Amino acid sequence: MGLTLPEGGAGTEVSTMSPNWVTTRLDFLANWARANSLWPMPFGTACCAIEFMASAASRFDISRFGMERMSFSPRQADVLICAGRLPFKLAPVIRKVWDQMPQPKWAISMGACASTGGIFDTYTMVQGIDTIIPVDVYVPGCPPRPEGLMYGIMLLQKKIKGESFLDADLRQEHLLGPDGLFRPARVIDEVSEPFGNSVHQTRSA
Amino acid sequence: MERVHEVLAFLRDDPEQQFNYLTDITAVEYRDAGRPLEVVWQLRSLGRKADLRLKVELPQAGALVVPSVFDLWKGADWLEREVYDLFGVTFTGHPDLRRLLMWETYAEGHPLRKDFPLRGHFSRAEQTRQALAANPEAHYSLEELSIAAAYDELPADMKDRLAHGERGSVI
Repeated sequence: MGLTLPEGGAGTEVSTMSPNWVTTRLDFLANWARANSLWPMPFGTACCAIEFMASAASRFDISRFGMERMSFSPRQADVLICAGRLPFKLAPVIRKVWDQMPQPKWAISMGACASTGGIFDTYTMVQGIDTIIPVDVYVPGCPPRPEGLMYGIMLLQKKIKGESFLDADLRQEHLLGPDGLFRPARVIDEVSEPFGNSVHQTRSA
Repeated sequence: MERVHEVLAFLRDDPEQQFNYLTDITAVEYRDAGRPLEVVWQLRSLGRKADLRLKVELPQAGALVVPSVFDLWKGADWLEREVYDLFGVTFTGHPDLRRLLMWETYAEGHPLRKDFPLRGHFSRAEQTRQALAANPEAHYSLEELSIAAAYDELPADMKDRLAHGERGSVI
């Protein structure tokens, strides 16, 4: 093609790990296919699930984004959508569902409670599902309207389209550590600190 | 306190009382220090269309123990388990007094007591660790397990029903 490599000299070594035309085209193709056929695993626990159902129903219809089918089996799912607050009692359940999903997989945390614990800064509630599983997109709102969830889905599609299969960390399974936690204890305590109005809820009676 | 069961049995069985329906069992702890914890039975007579509320005061210093009324109303089962779970009141004579709402390995105490902090006793990391270590499928009671172990001793018709279901075999 008229291209010749200069012999010797610095900068002539072509790393096999640097993206070239073929790998970027492959990435584009794989990511395009993945981003447009995301099968969601709905994990609806609260009012966010109502908005999620509305997103799936005829008016908003997330089938248009390739989410043709709700996958009620984690083994055929691509994206876990946690719609609603997550009590500690459900923490091992969502962890098991997440572990059962095959790679590639992504997670959307839908709503204030799933993302931060929301108004439920109490003894029963996980303060953000990112202390249990890795999360790709957080959708704010209480609950988010279907437009909000669809915007989150489109952000996830954008994120997927930027992925590269040369990225070795991308498909790594993040299992629970030897201490039985997904994140270091220090981090969980820090992100669970009260904020906003909940700092006034310290009294016990 | 020991006579609670006697009184409730009278209210249920006396032909002039006929409180044959147990609406609720609950407990109340007041903010006033030293005020005793109350256990409340809410009764209804379906025939007489009358309601009755019975309260018993349990001093905070003593043991929080009342007799179970499971033998009078089978519906008391989960009501008493809930009060035990959230307030720590022990119902003597209950056949299966386990936690109902919190998971069975929950170690932080009884959440509706006034001395229970809103966020629980443990740190968030410790709570998360204990929650993730729980096995959500291990929810069978000793009683249920003993029934399963005694399967061979069950009557033939019951064994048949358990094996094939009420409507016959589905397999």
